[in-house]
Parts: sequence; C-alpha cells; structure tokens
Amino acid sequence: MMSSSNPNRLNASVRPGRIDRTRTIHATVDGRAVPGRPGDTLASAMLAGGDIEVGPSIQRGRPRGVFSADCTEPNALVQRLDGDCPEPMLPATEIELQDGLRVETLSGVGWLSEQRDTAGYDKKFVHSDVVVVGAGPAGIAASLAAARGGARVMLVDQHRELGGMLLDGQAHIAGHPATEWIGRAARELAENEQVRVLTRATALGCYDHNYLLIAERRADHPDAPPSPTIRQRLWHVRAKQVVLATGAHERPLVFADNDRPGVMLASAVRSYLNRHAVLPGREAVVFTTSDSAYSTALDLLGTGARVPAIVDTRPEPPTRLVEQVRAAGAHVVTSAAVVATGGEHRVSGVRVRGIDGNGSLTEWSAEFPCDLLAVCGGWNPAVQLFAQSGGAVRWDPVVAGFVPSGAGGRSARVVGAARGTYDLAGCLAQGFASGAEAATLSGFRTAPPPVPQVDGDRQASRPRPVWLVPDESRSPEECTEHFVDQQRDATVADIHHALGTGMRSVQHVKRYTTISTGLEQGKSSGVNAVGVLADALSAGSPGEVGTTTFRPPYTPVPLALFAGRTTGRLYDPVRTTPMHRQHVEAGAVFEDVGQWKRPRYYPRGNEDMHAAVLRECSAARTGVAVQDVSTLGRIEIVGSDAPEFLDRIYTNGFAKLAVGKARYGMMCGADGMVLDDGVSMRLAEDRYLMSTTTGGAAKVLDWLEEWLQTEWPELDVYCTSVTEQWAAVAVVGPDSRTVVGRLAPDLDVSAESFGFMRFHETVLVGGIPARISRVSFSGELAFEVNVARWYGQALWEATMTAGSDLDITPYGTEAMHVLRAEKGFVIVGQDTDGTVTPVDLGMDWAVSKHKDFIGKRSLSRPDLVRQDRVQLVGLLPTDTTTLLPEGAHLVEPDVSRRPPVPMAGHVTSSYHSAALERTFALGLISGGRQRIGEVLCAPVGGRDVEVEITSPVFYDPEGARRDGPEQG
Amino acid sequence: MLLVRCPWCGDRDEAEFRYGGQADVDYPADPHQLDDAAWGEYLFVRANPLGSFNERWVHTAGCRRWFSLVRDTATNEMSPDIPRRRESR
Repeated sequence: MMSSSNPNRLNASVRPGRIDRTRTIHATVDGRAVPGRPGDTLASAMLAGGDIEVGPSIQRGRPRGVFSADCTEPNALVQRLDGDCPEPMLPATEIELQDGLRVETLSGVGWLSEQRDTAGYDKKFVHSDVVVVGAGPAGIAASLAAARGGARVMLVDQHRELGGMLLDGQAHIAGHPATEWIGRAARELAENEQVRVLTRATALGCYDHNYLLIAERRADHPDAPPSPTIRQRLWHVRAKQVVLATGAHERPLVFADNDRPGVMLASAVRSYLNRHAVLPGREAVVFTTSDSAYSTALDLLGTGARVPAIVDTRPEPPTRLVEQVRAAGAHVVTSAAVVATGGEHRVSGVRVRGIDGNGSLTEWSAEFPCDLLAVCGGWNPAVQLFAQSGGAVRWDPVVAGFVPSGAGGRSARVVGAARGTYDLAGCLAQGFASGAEAATLSGFRTAPPPVPQVDGDRQASRPRPVWLVPDESRSPEECTEHFVDQQRDATVADIHHALGTGMRSVQHVKRYTTISTGLEQGKSSGVNAVGVLADALSAGSPGEVGTTTFRPPYTPVPLALFAGRTTGRLYDPVRTTPMHRQHVEAGAVFEDVGQWKRPRYYPRGNEDMHAAVLRECSAARTGVAVQDVSTLGRIEIVGSDAPEFLDRIYTNGFAKLAVGKARYGMMCGADGMVLDDGVSMRLAEDRYLMSTTTGGAAKVLDWLEEWLQTEWPELDVYCTSVTEQWAAVAVVGPDSRTVVGRLAPDLDVSAESFGFMRFHETVLVGGIPARISRVSFSGELAFEVNVARWYGQALWEATMTAGSDLDITPYGTEAMHVLRAEKGFVIVGQDTDGTVTPVDLGMDWAVSKHKDFIGKRSLSRPDLVRQDRVQLVGLLPTDTTTLLPEGAHLVEPDVSRRPPVPMAGHVTSSYHSAALERTFALGLISGGRQRIGEVLCAPVGGRDVEVEITSPVFYDPEGARRDGPEQG
Repeated sequence: MLLVRCPWCGDRDEAEFRYGGQADVDYPADPHQLDDAAWGEYLFVRANPLGSFNERWVHTAGCRRWFSLVRDTATNEMSPDIPRRRESR
C-alpha cells in the first residue's frame, strides 16, 4: 500500500506519523523533485522516496547516506539555494520540507555566497522566572509544574511541536498514547498567559547568572507566512531559574566500513518510522550495546520489515526483551558485533563475529543480508548547555555516559535524559520535581504534581559500550575504515596517528584529527573519540580522558542573526549637530568622530579633498573661515571645591584663574600619560565649564566621577555633561573680528577690550544670547561663539550672513587638523597613544611645578625621565611634495635593514600645507628635541623618504597672528 | 552576560557597567613620599586571586555611581561588599 513516488511511506493505518497526508509538497534536491508531506524533514522526504545516499565524503569521496534524524547529522548536509541568500551546511535532518525548497547536496563543506542576505533578523530581550530548555517528557513536566505554581515560564524546543523523544516512540501515559498527554499539556501551557512556548527555537548558549541565547526560526517552514518579515529572532533571556531538559544523543558504533549508506542510528530509524511514517529499509540488522535499540527492532517488525538479526555486544541482554523480539520474529545474537558491511552505494549485508569479555573477537561468525543497519552505541546526555554555563561533568559507568556532576554551585538544574535518566517515569518525576522547585525558588511556592502511570517505557538495563570493534585482520593503527567522525572522514587510525606523535590530551587529539570540529561539534563523535583514546591509553574509563570544552552555539547559526538589525545605517547610533542639515546642503563630506558626523571638508565644484582643504586653510589664514564645533565635549563643574578639584585633575593650575578667563588644560592618568585636553572657562567663583575632545567627553566625565566618588568624596563638586546643551561655531582668520563684530553688535571685539583667552556674554543679532570666547586652535585670531542648542541653525545662518561679503568659508575637520598641526598643536589620540607624557610633547609649560596633580609623581619615575624617550618633533620630507603616510616608521639612514631594524620613531600627523606650500608632518622621535636638523629615513612603499627633524611649530612661531591684524 | 547588583538600581546586565578592578587600592595620601618602587606598586600591581575578589564597578549606563562587591573569580558568584575596610586615610 505504498505510493510509487513515496515507496517507503507507511500506510496511515500502520503508522499515522506526525505528517499532514492531505497535502503534497515538493522540494528540489540537486535539481530533482522530492515530494513529501508537511511535517516531513528534507531527510524524511528523501527516505520516503527511497533516497538514502547523499553527497560523497569530504576527503575520501566515499558514498555516504542519511545517518541520523537530528542535529548530529554528519553526512546529509546541504546548501540551500532558495531564499534570500544561499545558506551553507544545513543538515537535511533538521530542514522542514516546504514547497519551493531548493538545495544541493554537499561533500562536508559548503560555500559562502557573495549575495547580500536581505532577510530580516531581530532580537528580543525578555525576563523569565523559569526557562525550560527541551520539550520532551521531562521538559513538559517541568513547565507544567512551574506554570501551575504561577511562575512566568518559557519553554523552548528546537522542533516544530512539543514531545521530544515521545514522538519517536509508542509510549502510553495514564493509559493513553503519549501524544494525547502532550496535546493536553500543550493546551494547558498555551492557555496560561504567564507561559511562553517557543518552538523551532534552539537554546544556543547558557551563560553566567542564568542568561540564555535562543535562536527562533520564524520562516523556512510550512507554517510560516508567505513572506515573513523576520526570518530568525535571537532571544536574550535572563531567567531566575533554568531547567535543562535537553535530552540525549545516540552514539554511533565504530567498526569497519561503518559509514556505508544504510548504516543509520537506531533511534533515527525509529524516529522516521513513528514520526514521519517512513520505513528507511525493508531488511534491517540491529547492532546495539544497550536496550533502546530493541524498541527499534520491535517497531520495524511491527511495520512489516524483516529483522534478520539483533546483534548485541552484551552476553545477557534482558530476557524479557529477547523474548519479545523473538516472538515478533527476530533473531538475537549475543556477545557479538558487526565487523564488516558489504555493498557499494547501500549496505547489502553484514558480517558478525563473537566478541569476548575483553573486547576481542572470537571464532564465531555469521553473515546476514540487509538493506539497513541500525546501530546504537549507547547515549550521550546532552550536557552542552550545562557545561557551557560552567557545570562540571563526570563519567557515569552505569549509564555509560558523561553526566552533570552533582554539585557545582550552578543554578541550572538538569533533568531527564540529559542527566542519564532514560525511563519515562523517571523523566516525568524529575521534570515535575524540578519545575516545582524552580518555581518555588523564584518566588512561587508550589508542590510537584503526582507522576502519572506510564508504559511502553524505554528499558534501562546496563549497557556494554564497545568503543572499537576490532578489525578482523588489522591492528587499531591500521583501522582506516573505522570512522569516528564521518563528516571529517576521521578514523581510528587517525587517532592512533595522533598518539604516535606523542599527543595524549583529548584536546590535542581533537585538533590534530579534526574529530568533533564539524557541524555536530562532537555531539555524536566526541565520546567515541574519547572511548577509543581511553582504550588506546589503557585508561580505566573515558572519565580519565575527559571531554573537550563545550562552547556555544549549541548548533550553528547564521552570523546575520547576531547582527540583527544593527547593520548599515543602524550599525551604530549617529549623533548630529543642530547645523547638520546646513552642512549637508553645503555639500559637506562627513567623517565619523566617535558617533558624531562631522564635516570633513566642503568641496566646491569638482574639488577633491586635497584642493578643498588647501582652499579652506587659506581662507582661515588670509580671510575668514567657520567651523561647527558643537561636538566638543562640555562638562560643567560646580561646587565650592571646584577650583581645588580642577587643580588636582589638570596638570596646570585652575584655582587662580580669574572669573571671565579661560585656560588650556591637560590631564593625565595616574601613570603620567596624557588622557585628554581642552579649554576650561571660569564662569563664577564656584563654576567652571570644561571642554574636552569630541571623542573623549564620556571618558573624561567617568574619570572625574571616579575620583570624586572613590577618592575625594569630601570635595563639594558636581559634574554635569552639558555637551548637548550647546551649539558652537569657531570663526577663524584675520577677518574674524569683523564678522564677530557684526554678529555681536553690543560687544566691543577690539584687541584691547577682548583679550585672548577671555570670554564675554552678549546678545547676537536676532536676539540670541551667546557666550563668546577668544580661543584659537589655529594660531589665527579666532572666536568661539556658543549658543543654546536650539539656536544652532540660526547661529550658523547669522555667521554666514555676517561674513558673506568676506567670502566666509566653512571648513571641516581636515583643514582644522592641518591648521593646528602647522602650529604644532597636538591632538590627543592622534599624536598621543597612551604612552606619551606632557613632557614628551614638549608641553612642560602646562605642567605645574608648584602644585600636585594626578600623574605628577609618575613624571619623576626613572622611565619617564629617560633621555631617549620619544619626543614630539616636526618632520619635513626633503622632497616638498612627498606626503608621509601617518604611522610610517622612521629609521636611521645608515642602519642595516636586516630585521629587527631599530626604530627611531613614527609619524603621527601628516598633511599638505597651503601656508608652507609643501608637505609636513609631526612625529614622535626618540630623543627628538636634541636631534633637530638631523635627517632620518622613512621606508615607504619600497623606497626611502628622507626626512628632516624640525621644531614642531612650522607657522608663526612668534604667535604674532593670534591677535589679528592691527586694528582697522 | 553577568548580572550585577547595583546597590542603588538593583540587578542589571553587565553591559550597563564598567569594571573598576580591585577595590580598596587607595590613592596614596602623599604620592611624593613614596619611593619609585612603592609608587610603581600602586600604579601597576593588583591582586589576581582564584576565588574571592573584592572589586569595584561603576553603573555607567545607570546611576553612574561606584560601588564594590565580592566576586568569586572561578564561578562569578557575586555578593555585596564586605564592610568598608579603611578606617582612616
């Protein structure tokens, strides 16, 4: 009764499966249509159609087949071709079948597309009382118990519906099929407003203090809307309590030719049978080390498949199981192992040998034909999330797996198969108990519900793991067809090769052999590698070898998910000044300074940056130019101890600064290194306005607060960031006095009445209150006009109007840099790098001899008074047109170029100068001030550029231009 | 993402805070009384224990206040600071 397009699909009366038989949908694999039902995975649909073989293996090109039914899949990896962006390395076992799905099979490696991923990704941040990871029986029970107690519960599961392993089996709970219990639980949870159930959601990571990352797939499945806005969502969850019910992964078995298509995990066979109503083979040998595979055998027999043999490594499997399968028509072989498989593109038969108590082969042998070999090497509790969050694991010889070790001080509790509890009653009991406990601990006192009667349970007698089924003729070192990691084509021989090089640690062997470095990240290969290693090292148990480190993410996710919406325009917050629109209209080219957008230059016509900057600099030196300086950091410092405080913070004195005056100040860290600089004005006896660099504003405020709060709480000082309260323009150049005079008609702007480093409050044309100071970062006569933020546009307009007949020229940061560098003024962070003192910069004049300040003690440390410390100097390339790259190293001209070449220093700033009609640079040179006039070499682009060391002040060293032209 | 308890704002994500290193490293009353070795010790040398560590945090994206707490450097378990150590300066 099987349809021709789905020859392996079981009739609904035999197995209904969790599929919708009313609809047929189609995917395309390697250009071929693959029909299936909603509820199928790509792998189950392929198997339903009789396709078990997938792409050949990565290194050796061996035929490979669908091996698992979960995220441990090593072979059935595909590249998705439909959708927004081709996505590599997806396990066909995890892809839900849907119409239009188009993939190509891969050989263990995918490809990255250059196409932009235009799908939507976003993030959500939530708090929860109890997060339960995994919606198998234990997880559902935990959620029910916690929710009944009133806690806000989040239940997270990878798959489309709740149930976990219950959906793979035929268990009964309280006298009914388990699916009915699941259905009732799902309804109860859905109806509880305090509960959020996330399906198709993978908990990627579990971190300190109960923080979880969960990737939810909102698209790429038959239930998704046709064009979903958000493809995947990353949930950031802070929980009070975490219950991990993450289940277990079945282990493969390591024997010769264990990678042939048709060899499949026993639990996967059972999953395909019961969940998808797909019979992956008609004649199945079952090879097992524990009880669980007997259920697979019974399910196979119950759906009409033949089971020629159940090969059990144990001498005495439970009699009850043996009798059950014999009654159903299977033959059980004990103390035996599969030692070889036949067939080419699909297994056609197996050879079985006896295996004794030491794991050696006996003389007994038999052969069985088959088209499917279901293997069960035992189970690995899924301890990944537990271990990531800091939990320790130990080897449990009874369950033959690594389980969470009891104590650890971590609040994540682990229940069910994830801690090696494999019976259904035990899972339910642990789930109910932990859910109630988690709710109680998060403030919702409740008792666990009673555990219902169960049957059809998974059996639980002791397994007998066999890490390596010996080869019939070869030694372990030669076992090149005993695959430990199929995706990586890594074998037992590879492990022995690693041992042969002297490696012993599992961490080293992993990296050397690449075992566990593939998509499954050791979920299926990891413990087998440990077991093979333990045998080879004659260790007492795998516990003595230990595991590799478990790291997030639990399963691979696209990086786009972590980026979310913070790409492109939303990558970083953008700060603009009130005059931003005017800069845009003036055609400014912007640069990012911290988060600020600052005009870099204002090209006219076809000007490039070079031409525009020369023109802007000329205007500032010969006419008048204007710059938006609203981005400078401003901190108001208020209190009776403000003068004392600034004296301690700045290297120079501020207590004696008169009200109405401004002063340039420099601050250092306790280590004596330059931290920031700027001009501060004294507004009143107890009030200063400090300015900082554009990028340093937040850091400086933090710095001031740290000293006030942690060292000098007795000081009466308050600091407030007022950067965003002000808009300001710098009006620069010989004609600036005229412009500012027009702008502020009530103010006497003459050199006599308005001295350098003074400020006045006045009202501008148009009635705008303003504070005007005479500060200069260019050496020219200059004024800084500050107004309330909301007058910014009006100020810019008024300034442009006042200077229109003088060709007032807006200039950007690039011209500003050139103008200040011509004067040898440093920019903190460009000419300094956290290892430079004020003395290195030649700014001793700003370092007080009379008072203490932060960093002063350091300036006398032996290392800071070394004569060969780097010092700020000017640098003039001999060829006046050569522009040194910033960062270029400088070396002695005659030095050998065999590395390591001693470095004399480096270039910190380098520009073309309109005023000097040549290129010039600033740099930090060892003992530089003693070397003025000497020549160094800058090896740049394969040639040497000759550079003369000069004073860092190139323009107007007398400072004659500061007060502008003679009064006119 | 650690969960840090600000004494004024309560439990907040680590991203709201800046780490301030070892607590109770006082700025010397008179740095100029210290010889170079002692000053270097103050500048550069900090404890780095496995286990209990008394450390400073500042709630930069919140109330901007500094505080101390005790963190187990092996497990990241945190508890409020022990009573202030310093009697006088």
